[in-house]
Amino acid sequence: MRIAVCLKQVPDTETKIKINSEATGIDTAGVKWIISPYDEHAIEEALKIKQAQGSGEVIAFTLGPKSRAGDALRTSLAMGCDEAVIIDSPEYLDNYSTAKALAAALQKEGNFDLILTGKLAIDDNASAVSQMVAEFLGAPHSTVVSKMETDTTSTTIEREVEGGTREVVQLTLPAVVGANKGLNMPRYASLPGIMKAKKKQLKEYDLAGLGISDADSKISYSGFELPAEKPPVKMIEGDAATQAKELARLLREEAKVL
Amino acid sequence: MKTLIFAEFQNGQVKKGALELLTAAKNAGGETKVLALGPGAAEAMGTLQGWGLQAALCCNDDKLKDYNPELYTAAVASVIEKEKPEVVLASSSMLARDLFPRVAARTGSGCVSDCTELNFSGSELSVRRPLYSGKCTAAVNFTNCETKIVLMRANQLPVEQVSGDAPAVESIELPPVDLKTTVKEVAKGESQKLDLTEANIIVSGGRGMRGAEHFELLENLADKIGATVGASRAVVDAGWVAHSMQVGQTGKTVAPSLYIAAGISGAIQHLAGMSGSKVIVAINKDADAPIFQKSTYGIVGDAFEVLPKLTEELGAMMD
Repeated sequence: MRIAVCLKQVPDTETKIKINSEATGIDTAGVKWIISPYDEHAIEEALKIKQAQGSGEVIAFTLGPKSRAGDALRTSLAMGCDEAVIIDSPEYLDNYSTAKALAAALQKEGNFDLILTGKLAIDDNASAVSQMVAEFLGAPHSTVVSKMETDTTSTTIEREVEGGTREVVQLTLPAVVGANKGLNMPRYASLPGIMKAKKKQLKEYDLAGLGISDADSKISYSGFELPAEKPPVKMIEGDAATQAKELARLLREEAKVL
Repeated sequence: MKTLIFAEFQNGQVKKGALELLTAAKNAGGETKVLALGPGAAEAMGTLQGWGLQAALCCNDDKLKDYNPELYTAAVASVIEKEKPEVVLASSSMLARDLFPRVAARTGSGCVSDCTELNFSGSELSVRRPLYSGKCTAAVNFTNCETKIVLMRANQLPVEQVSGDAPAVESIELPPVDLKTTVKEVAKGESQKLDLTEANIIVSGGRGMRGAEHFELLENLADKIGATVGASRAVVDAGWVAHSMQVGQTGKTVAPSLYIAAGISGAIQHLAGMSGSKVIVAINKDADAPIFQKSTYGIVGDAFEVLPKLTEELGAMMD
C-alpha cells in the first residue's frame, strides 16, 4: 500500500506569540518549529499500517518555506517514513492554495491508496486542508478520527463528535483521513533513524510547477493583534464558605453571568 | 448583501448558533435565506417566525439523516451554485468545520472557521478570528471568490427575540452522488450537556483535582449552573477523562461567558484555549499559579473545600 502523510510545521505550543511591526503576521524570530501534534498521529498510523501489511511505502509531504520546513520532513523520515516531498512556499499561503498544491503534488507522485493528515494544524486551527485535498482528488474523507481499521480496499474509521456521539464510517480507498489524538501513540525518532534521515534527499516542487498562482488565494490575514490585557484579578479572601458566598454574589451582581 | 445561513437543528428546534447568525443577518438587512438538511428540516425551519427570511431551503431526504460529507457537500454546493450568495454563514460546529472546506473547494469559495467577530451592514463584511489558539487575532480578507463562507464560533453574538411570519419553505433536491462514504453506525452520546465549544458556562478541572474520581465535584457544580465539564491536558494525558474534554491548544478552544478553572495552574497551552472567555474564575492552592493572571476572580484555596461550598451557594441562587 502506498500511503501519503501531509504534515505542517508550526510554532511549538510553548511559543509566546509576538506580532511583527506591520501587524501583517507574527514575528517568527526565535520561534522553535515542530510538526503539528496531530500530524504526528498521522505519521504513526501510516507507519503502523505499513508494518501490519508487511509491505508498502510511506511518503511525507509538506508545504512551507524550504529554509525551515525541510526539518519537519527530516523528523518524519527519522520516524520511519520512506521518502519526503517539500513544496516550497512563502511564509503564508491560504488553505485553498495549499490544498490545491498538495493535491497536485500527490497526483504527480501518483497512486496513493491512503492519505493521512492531522485533523487540524495548531497554528490556524482551520481544519480545512484535509477536506479540500480530498475534494481536489475526488476522494472521500473523514476528519477527527480516533480509530482506523484499514484493509486493501477500504478503511473503517471511528470519530467522536459533539455530545460524545460516536460515528463509524467506511471509506472506499483511496481516501483522506484526518487523525485525532487517541488514534495511536506517536513513536520517537530513533538515533539510527535520525542518522539515516540526514542522508536522504528531499524531493522538491515549487508552486508554479504545480499550477498554483496568486489567483488561487482566497483568504489572507491582516491587522494582527494580541488579546486585550485583562484588568487585574480580583482575589477573594476568607475561608471556603466566605469565598464561595462572595464569588456567587460577584458572578450574579458584578459580572452578571449567572 | 445576499446571505445564506446554514442552520443546524435538533429535536425540531434550530440551534442557538444559527439564531445568533439570523440575528446578525436581520440587523444587516439584505436578502437572507436559510438552508437546512435532513429529516425534519422543513418543520424546524417553520419555527423561524419573524426573521424576515426570503425563504427556507430544505431537504428532508432520509439519506441526510446522518452526516455523510459527500452527500452534504453535494447538497450545499448545488444550493450555492444556484443561489450565488455573497456570504454563507454557519455556526462553527464539528459538522460545519468538516463540511464547508470541502464545499469551498468545490465551489471556489473562500472559507474561514472559528471566527469570533462578525460585523456586517449593507455590503460591508468584516470578520476576525483567533490564530495560534487565541494567542493573537487577525482580520480576514477575502479575494478571488464570489462566495465568502464564514463559520462563527457559538456564543459570540446576541440573539434577539422576534415574532412574525414563518418563512416560505422551498424543497431542494439532493443531487445524485456516486458515494464512496458509508455511515455504518451512529451511537448517540449519553451526554445531555452542550459540547464544550457550544457551552456558555464551563467548569474545568486540572491536576489539582488529584484523580478521576474527584471530577464528581465538578459535575455536581456543573449540574447546578447548566455547565459543561472540561479538563486540562495533564489530566487527559493521565487518562482521568476523555480527550474530547480537553481545553487548550491541543484540545478545544473555548470562549464561554463563564469559565471556572479548579486545580488548573494555567500552562500557556491551556491559557491559549480559554483566555477568550468573558469571565474567568480560578480556584487554586498556589497563589502564584499563572492562571490567576488571566482570571477575573481568584480564590486561593483547596478546590475540595471551595467546590462543594460553591455548589451549595450557586445551587441556592439558581433555584
